Amino acid sequence: MEFDFAEEQPKFLMLMYGLIAFVAVVGGLLLLLDVVPAWFARRHEAKLVAASASGAPLPRRPKQREGLFALFFLLPTLLLLAVGLVVPAIRTTLLSFMDGSSSHWVGLRNYGWMFSEDSIVRVLINTLIWVLLVPLVATTFGLVYAVLVDRARFEAVAKSLIFLPMAISFVGASIIWKFVYAYRGEGDQIGLLNQIVVSLGGEPKQWLLESPLNTFLLIVIMVWIQAGFAMVVLSAAIKAIPADIVEAARLDGVTPWQMFWRITLPSIRPALIVVVVTLSIATLKVFDIVRTATNGNYDTSVIANEMYNQAFRYQQNGQGSALAVFLFVLVVPIVIYQIRNLRQQREG
Amino acid sequence: MAFARTRQALAIAGVLGLALGATACGTGNDKKSDKASSPECAAYEKYQGHDGKKVTIYSSIRDIEADRLEQSWKQFEDCTGITIDHEGSGEFEAQLGVRVDGGNAPDLAFIPQPGLLKRFVDSGKIKTVGADTKALAEQNFTADWLKYSTVDGKLYGVPLGSNVKSYVWYSPKTFKEKGWTVPTTWDELIALSDKIAASGTKPWCAGIESGDATGWPATDWIEDVMLRTAGPEVYDQWTTHGIPFNDPKVADAVNKAGTILKNEKYVNGGFGGVKSIATTSFQEAGTPITTGKCAMHRQASFYANQWPKGTKVAEDGDVFAFYFPAIDPAKGKPVLGAGEFVAAFADRPEVQAVQTYLASGEYVNSRAKIGDWLSANKKLDINNVPNPVDKLSVQILQDPKTVFRFDGSDLMPAAVGAGTFWKGMVDWINGKDTATVLNGIESSWPK
Repeated sequence: MEFDFAEEQPKFLMLMYGLIAFVAVVGGLLLLLDVVPAWFARRHEAKLVAASASGAPLPRRPKQREGLFALFFLLPTLLLLAVGLVVPAIRTTLLSFMDGSSSHWVGLRNYGWMFSEDSIVRVLINTLIWVLLVPLVATTFGLVYAVLVDRARFEAVAKSLIFLPMAISFVGASIIWKFVYAYRGEGDQIGLLNQIVVSLGGEPKQWLLESPLNTFLLIVIMVWIQAGFAMVVLSAAIKAIPADIVEAARLDGVTPWQMFWRITLPSIRPALIVVVVTLSIATLKVFDIVRTATNGNYDTSVIANEMYNQAFRYQQNGQGSALAVFLFVLVVPIVIYQIRNLRQQREG
Repeated sequence: MAFARTRQALAIAGVLGLALGATACGTGNDKKSDKASSPECAAYEKYQGHDGKKVTIYSSIRDIEADRLEQSWKQFEDCTGITIDHEGSGEFEAQLGVRVDGGNAPDLAFIPQPGLLKRFVDSGKIKTVGADTKALAEQNFTADWLKYSTVDGKLYGVPLGSNVKSYVWYSPKTFKEKGWTVPTTWDELIALSDKIAASGTKPWCAGIESGDATGWPATDWIEDVMLRTAGPEVYDQWTTHGIPFNDPKVADAVNKAGTILKNEKYVNGGFGGVKSIATTSFQEAGTPITTGKCAMHRQASFYANQWPKGTKVAEDGDVFAFYFPAIDPAKGKPVLGAGEFVAAFADRPEVQAVQTYLASGEYVNSRAKIGDWLSANKKLDINNVPNPVDKLSVQILQDPKTVFRFDGSDLMPAAVGAGTFWKGMVDWINGKDTATVLNGIESSWPK
């Protein structure tokens, strides 16, 4: 099809409007942030000048005014937080106690449904498998890799190889891996995995159809993407271990094994926790991989995917919201743990 | 210093303001309908009087189909001065709800699922059709069709396009070469399947992979067979939950479909075994027919658009379709089909004018001439339908012996019809037994 500028004009116009609106809003905000403090500063300055001229004692800026001032700057953030986070969270919680069309209260029925419906229990179990395996495997892999390539000859190249998948979107990665797992009933196999199986003399399989194996195969995709993140953060932490500690340990004659368990691991503990926590939360929310690779079929669905299906495709707002609330409840302890950890570090 | 910076910032803001103002002037583009009095506009006389008004339409129709759609009402726009702004979306079903609930509803929507239409009627979002539209709809469509957009005796939508799903695609060329004949009864169909299987070719091919709608082609299979084994009355009870989803009559239909779909001797020609049905996309499922690796593929009339380029779709061509035979001819000629309904979220006069126009004979003939489209509208002249399969469909739809029923999964609540029924069929193909699958679907029916 030929590209016709005249025909596409409305789209360009929309694009231009969008850009202009963006510039106007952002420019306006920047301007506001520039003008308002400057105006206050000038007024204050003028007062000081007036005061010093008249010889009176310098006026103190009243405490109350400062509070107002702070509020003024916090207001946009508070407003956006309320609109974008607090209100939807409360609304979702309320919806989870209502029926599919959000018109009648049904009490805890949606939560009961969640734990009694076989297919949803399967979803919960799958999510559990995900959240146990992904942080563990990805962190372990990243850590071992970081230790092994630390100060090796091709460290930069080796690291970028593992880090590269991070640059690929979840959807992109899932499509790539779908090809790896692809199956052809007749003719040559186009999937890497099946080709390997065939060349070893085995029978090709429909990998993504075999439950529960398929869930683990999807987890491989997530690990493939996230191991790079774990590796980079942990590698940086390892490099930050003070050289004198390492040297002292060496002088005391540690074995590499002792070095890892007694020196490296305790030194990078904070970084390790950050990585595990981040990966856990990311895993609980995983949606793209499942939706792209299997669409939640063949017993591979996870909470986030089921939540989307219930709320937006099946128009079961209540059940969808209940799943969302449950997901939220699962994430909260991890977040609390992380915050407490951060506080302890700051105090210690 | 602070003063200088402020001036600078003011200057930037000023330039931005100017830019905004300048672009605002560049968009005046009035549409003139000076052609309104020309002779070809005579047919649009009753839609006049809305010059310069705009009507937005939201649908799931995209790409070439959308271009054809816009072409079909071009003359109407030119003559009446009404601008029709059509937007097609691949996420139509999910996004329509978001738009309507968000207060950003389109004026008109082409809704392919009566179940979804009913949901918006229940929440009071869809307007009843105007008196003119209603009169025209009752004149042009059978009661069979209008009942799908009627709630509590009031009409909320007018059928637009239609399709016929009770088709088996085959290759007339291959059939002729091998001496096979097109079966006209179920027994002949099975006898032919056995004969083809014995010759070393798998007779059937199927594929139900379709992105996030994976599973739907299998639900069509079940519905088509259900309509034949249980009859239209039980079918209606089934789609409205008058009988439970795990009723023995439903299980019978599913097992009957299983004698073909889950028969390793019959499927899946060109792709592998039974399980390969789950991962074969519905678009490519029938293509082995063109290479002789598969003989028959049950799929709707719209599959005519899916054949590889250069495939001649005709009774004497590379591929064609025959009517999926009835099991008990005494029960009439059951036909499964689907279509979309034009529903209005606004009742402005120009919106009603467009809705009326879309129900008219002028419109359906204008659209049919462009190709690959048909309607159950009685005013549709079969000579305006260029495609042979569509001609056959129009004949079937206009045949008085036809017992038409709408695609059941579109009638059920979305949680079942676009959810567990699809998923259940995927599991069923993937090896789960009929009883487990049906019990699972039954328990998911919204209470």
